[in-house]
Amino acid sequence: MTHFSALSLFKNALSGHKNWQEQWPEREPKAEYDVVIVGAGGHGLGCAHYLAKEHGITNVAVIDKGWLGGGNTGRNTTIIRSNYLYDESAGLYDHAVDLWENLSQDLNYNVMYSKRGVLMLAHNVHDIQSFQRHIHANRLNGVDNTWLTPEQAKEFCPPLSIDPGARYPVVGAALQRRAGTARHDAVAWGYARSASQRGVDIIQNCAVTAIRRGPDGAVEGVETAKGFIKAKKVAVSAAGNTTVVLDSAGVRMPLESFPLQALVSEPVKPIFPCVVMSNTVHAYISQSDKGELVIGSGTDQYTSYSQRGGLPLIEHTVAAICEIFPIFRRMRMMRKWGGIVDVTPDRSPIVGKLPVPGLYVNCGWGTGGFKATPGAAHVLAWTVAKDEPHPINAPFTLERFTTGRLIDEAAAAAVAH
Amino acid sequence: MSAFRIAGKGRVNHSKPVRFTFDGKTVQALDGDTVASALLANGIHLVGRSFKYHRPRGILTAGSEEPNALVGTTRGPGRFEPNTRATMQEVFDGLKTESQNRWPSLTMDIGSVNDRMHKLFSAGFYYKTFMWPRSFWDKVYEPFIRAAAGLGKSPTEEDPDHYASRFHHCDVLIVGGGAAGLAAALTAGRSGASVVLVDEQSELGGSLLSEPSIEIDGKDAWSWLDATVAELSGMANVRIMTRTTAIGYYHQNMVGLCQKLTDHMATPPADAPRERLWRVRAKQVVLAQGASEKPLVFDGNDRPGVMMAGAAQTYLNRFGVTVGRYAAVVTSHDSAWYAAFDLLTAGVKVNAIVDTRAQVDPTLVDSARALGIDVFLSSTVTGTSGRKRVTSMTVAPVTDGKVSGGSHVVACDTVLMCGGWTPNLHLFSHTKGSLIWDDENKVYLPHEKTEECQVAGAGRAVWGIADTLKDGADAGAAAVKSLGKSGAAVTFTVSKDRTGSGETHRELPTDGDPGSARAFIDFQNDVQAKDIRLAVREGMKSIEHVKRYTTNGMATDQGKLSNINGLMIASDALGRDVKQVGLTTFRPPYTPTTFGALAGYHKDGHFEITRKTTIDSWAEEKGAVFEPVALFRRARYFPQGSEDMHAAVNRECKATRTSLGMFDASTLGKIEVVGPDAVEFMNRMYTNPWTKLQPGRCRYGLLLGEDGYIRDDGVIGRLTEDRFHVTTTTGGAPRVLNMMEDYLQTEWPDLKVWLTSTTEQWAVVALNGPNARKLLEPLVEGLDISDEAFPHMSVADCTVGGLPARLFRVSFTGELGFEVNVPARYGLQLWEMLWEAGQQYDICPYGTETMHVLRAEKGYIIIGQDTDGTVTPDDAGISWAIGKAKPDFVGKRSLARPDLVASGRKQLIGLLTVDPKTVLEEGAQIVDDPKQPIPMKMLGHVTSSYWSEALGRSIAMAVVEDGRARDGKSVYIPMPNGVIEATVQASTVFYDPEGARLKL
Ligand SMILES: Cc1cc2nc3c(=O)[nH]c(=O)nc-3n(C[C@H](O)[C@H](O)[C@H](O)COP(=O)(O)OP(=O)(O)OC[C@H]3O[C@@H](n4cnc5c(N)ncnc54)[C@H](O)[C@@H]3O)c2cc1C
Repeated sequence: MTHFSALSLFKNALSGHKNWQEQWPEREPKAEYDVVIVGAGGHGLGCAHYLAKEHGITNVAVIDKGWLGGGNTGRNTTIIRSNYLYDESAGLYDHAVDLWENLSQDLNYNVMYSKRGVLMLAHNVHDIQSFQRHIHANRLNGVDNTWLTPEQAKEFCPPLSIDPGARYPVVGAALQRRAGTARHDAVAWGYARSASQRGVDIIQNCAVTAIRRGPDGAVEGVETAKGFIKAKKVAVSAAGNTTVVLDSAGVRMPLESFPLQALVSEPVKPIFPCVVMSNTVHAYISQSDKGELVIGSGTDQYTSYSQRGGLPLIEHTVAAICEIFPIFRRMRMMRKWGGIVDVTPDRSPIVGKLPVPGLYVNCGWGTGGFKATPGAAHVLAWTVAKDEPHPINAPFTLERFTTGRLIDEAAAAAVAH
Repeated sequence: MSAFRIAGKGRVNHSKPVRFTFDGKTVQALDGDTVASALLANGIHLVGRSFKYHRPRGILTAGSEEPNALVGTTRGPGRFEPNTRATMQEVFDGLKTESQNRWPSLTMDIGSVNDRMHKLFSAGFYYKTFMWPRSFWDKVYEPFIRAAAGLGKSPTEEDPDHYASRFHHCDVLIVGGGAAGLAAALTAGRSGASVVLVDEQSELGGSLLSEPSIEIDGKDAWSWLDATVAELSGMANVRIMTRTTAIGYYHQNMVGLCQKLTDHMATPPADAPRERLWRVRAKQVVLAQGASEKPLVFDGNDRPGVMMAGAAQTYLNRFGVTVGRYAAVVTSHDSAWYAAFDLLTAGVKVNAIVDTRAQVDPTLVDSARALGIDVFLSSTVTGTSGRKRVTSMTVAPVTDGKVSGGSHVVACDTVLMCGGWTPNLHLFSHTKGSLIWDDENKVYLPHEKTEECQVAGAGRAVWGIADTLKDGADAGAAAVKSLGKSGAAVTFTVSKDRTGSGETHRELPTDGDPGSARAFIDFQNDVQAKDIRLAVREGMKSIEHVKRYTTNGMATDQGKLSNINGLMIASDALGRDVKQVGLTTFRPPYTPTTFGALAGYHKDGHFEITRKTTIDSWAEEKGAVFEPVALFRRARYFPQGSEDMHAAVNRECKATRTSLGMFDASTLGKIEVVGPDAVEFMNRMYTNPWTKLQPGRCRYGLLLGEDGYIRDDGVIGRLTEDRFHVTTTTGGAPRVLNMMEDYLQTEWPDLKVWLTSTTEQWAVVALNGPNARKLLEPLVEGLDISDEAFPHMSVADCTVGGLPARLFRVSFTGELGFEVNVPARYGLQLWEMLWEAGQQYDICPYGTETMHVLRAEKGYIIIGQDTDGTVTPDDAGISWAIGKAKPDFVGKRSLARPDLVASGRKQLIGLLTVDPKTVLEEGAQIVDDPKQPIPMKMLGHVTSSYWSEALGRSIAMAVVEDGRARDGKSVYIPMPNGVIEATVQASTVFYDPEGARLKL
């Protein structure tokens, strides 16, 4: 496969781009693999890449019911940050950010990881208390996160309104400088290209209809639209559809699936230098390399597997954006869409072994798993290869919901008295 | 008159001239013009630059699908918007427009060097490079890419306009006011159904506006249109909305509409909203959105002067504008021939008609030849020339899909192209209705539907006005029928109809190197045929991958012109049938929609309501400083003179502890739980036992989630055997009520219990301090409030100062306390009465901040501050609130989970800094060993921290690992500027630990 570089681009330009090769060849499934990964999102493809690259396990298939990267990976607003509260989370997300820093070089694919800084807005006393708690914890965990006054926040992000008379005035902000965004499609494609280069089969348009278990309870393989595929190890990275897939293995997951919507504006010249999040009014915004304002909503109120969200939530999201950035009121929404996110009771993921021999899962990322893609994929590959969790994902078990050892990031955002 | 305007022709008002500017130059226009038609009337074709290559671009279409002619529009301060379609923006006196994506000027654009390097900038080039050295991405490459991105400029000022929104219900919503939509509206309207008919254009008529020569019911098209619009307008049951776009089609037949109200006016009425967003819930929807003309894909198909044949026809017939002096036509469809004839009749010279087909309706060919037009069948266009305006096109014969002979050049200043027509199925696709490929028409058609809708007319490949009218009327009749109403489809007689057929192609054959051809598919995003082929070559085999890799269909026109061409080429490159390749998903909105319209009224103070208590105005008058708490604003403190918060709070605390404070507690959530099973319900919801609580008595109630963690708390009074007055936290009220309803309706439907939110029914004034009873006693009637008769934690009805009241004796401050509840309408009256009467005790109004300090001195927790959703009753030191003997309550089972009873949990404790003057920061983290390296092992964090005036030192509460076992031990709080030492106090109570003051 052609190595990507400025030189190869230049050479190919001279020959009319006729000599580029397929980034990932189309494959028919073999009868058996060492590992089958269900779901060709960033997490599934990433797991395949690390299995092949770091553990030498290349007899692997990644199977998707649609086109690779077509799930939440290709639908998300790509915010990457690691200023989470708990040590467990800080460990996992910061591991991911470490990998993001080198991902383009590792994959020989420019994933455009852009350290533009993520600014989280505080709007009331409760936000301040909660952010300070994060900042202090992050400082002692060695995670970058600083407190800005409203004026400093505006300096960092000039379109921001810091009008103290606003309905939700900005009273301060937490800034993580090494946080940012990346190009979502490139992440899926880069992992796919690298994995398939190392021998992994990527099988698209092939739904996994059931996970088959043997008489001893262990995994035997997967039933798919293209027939049964044998595998002693199956890893499920199916995001919003995890519940359905794992149900077939007799594992009930503590997950709820919700539509989550996002939208982009028409493209404009650079105006927005960073990422801004406001959890209080549910608005998330950055500007893409193409010039579109990329805006995320909160989840819809009802559970659903359909990738169709409602209009009211979009109205609220846009209203929130216009409150914080009044100069955008005459901009236009160009496109909106939804994905289905899988939400756990404590809003932290489940990454690791399931109580079925040979079955592994990486799910429960809810509204925020893109940022963790390299980190989670990396530790899941370890877990699959060694049949034991990596220290980083060891706390993120399914069992924690039975024992009560939750990692409750949502709780930290508990609403004011 | 403008050079390209035909006197008296079209639907523009020739006696009403309008002036606007384009790039600073004045343009003469007529009322009824769009910016595009006015520019064309003045011979201006070059209006913009493309996204990537900065190629000069002209006006391609006459509708909302326009990809090229986007301009910035200004109508005075704060009223600028980028990327406005020149083809949709109506002109008015004073409008200013500017071209985009060029510097320094439209004719001299530095960015056009990109076009020279177009071979490097192939699809996806950025994924392959810019990776070395790594640090260059942030500092050099990305800023460079970003600077090149975007089309227009963002507004930079606040928008002075406002926007409106409405809900509406109707029987039949008809989207599209062309022939099909009008026929459907007539049929549905005459049946008496309530009808909404919308069209994005400034007037109804659709393609009839461009085809005046057709005759319907014996009238020319425009007379028929006038009569039809008059009839519909006269029907009380029909609402017509023009300049209104159906932006999205949602679940259960809800359609979002965006209505533009003022953007076409020189002087909008003072208070008129600019746009209005409608949410229409229709029993039936008729989608009559017509079809869009498809470009042909050939080298140089993007030069200014190359435009859609149908658009040229629209400019001619609707606006009275000829798009050039001498035109050439390239087409694969009959419709462009009619366009050529119309132009020729209007005096434009038509030098050639090039048709890709070998067989064309002989009457067309004969008519063309008779008019002196050179006709080339079975031919292709291999190129065009002209930089800022097309000057010629090159034609070559084709056999078996290949160029089969010498080419020759046709001089022209305009190329009219037509590659057939694509049904507009965006809204239908929003519903997840399925599409099916029609091999005969080479189009996608609506197939299985998921909502109550009909597609009519060109939207399902019904061509020609006669058939379209019939189809629309049938759709209207079907809609009416499914409503259970009767109404026959209206019938029409049509003459001089123009129907036609055509072929659909991938890129046209060329004799040159296809790799060098600049044959555009997505004009705005500069996607060329070869980009699609490159994507496929690189393994992008799903059409969604092709789209994302090349950005085809992702521009502001959302693929209206480019999707099918992209699909045809991809399917060819893949060697797969079009059917198997499929279309990408259509995403709302149909056309870009103003943020302001989506936000509607939700702006400034109306963004979200601010809940205010009835006492709020008094606090405002007294200069209170407020803080938001959930949706409420609450007085935080009442500064006097130049006091800062610290000074005010110290004074308020002292006044309350020594004499009397008053506090507006109206925001606390209140739920009345009533019914024969009320006590059983309370036993199951709350951790505490309720059975033995006597009517007239109160108890602190603790509510857990199913996971065993604290969710809410509040004092609960038992009014009678079957009636509880539950209070919740201010923010928790809706959640608690939801949770209660959830359990009642889904888990325990057998319980006879009714829940009513009474938060807003009561105003509550809390009186706290040693003089509280002295103030209240003379005012109370019907109740003995002495300590013996009405001890701490009592509730009773009485009157206070003549007002009907529900009086609680409770305290959140540790002082003798009463909470007077009166019907909300008396709230302010009560407050003022107590304020007056309290003067003798120097009564002091205090706010939430003082309340926080006073309760912290007593170690009372605040949910959400001292707890965060991971705290059990035992962690918080309040396991006494659990009814141990109760068989069950929400969360009970979880409390026994291994991790919830394990040692090492974080427990809420008191914390005293070694230096009493140091007030800890809330949120600060606590460690055992401050000298350890990062990452440090953290024990917990400070949840509440204040200066206590009563104690003359700082106090804090914190959750700390094994906190209670650390009683008397030191812990450390490492801050950026030094480490603070503090001593753990197992109890969180700092003040009056015996509670003597409560019992006064
Ligand atoms: C609108 C939106 C905005 C978001 N914004 C952010 C953000 O800003 N930052 C952030 O960090 N995260 C964000 N997220 C979350 C993030 O996108 C996800 O957590 C993450 O991408 C999940 O990746 P994944 O690989 O696990 O899942 P996916 O990319 O969804 O991949 C799962 C794959 O499994 C496949 N699959 C499912 N069932 C089957 C089956 N039976 N057989 C075969 N294949 C199957 C699906 O087709 C899919 O391709 C957002 C999500 C959405 C929807």
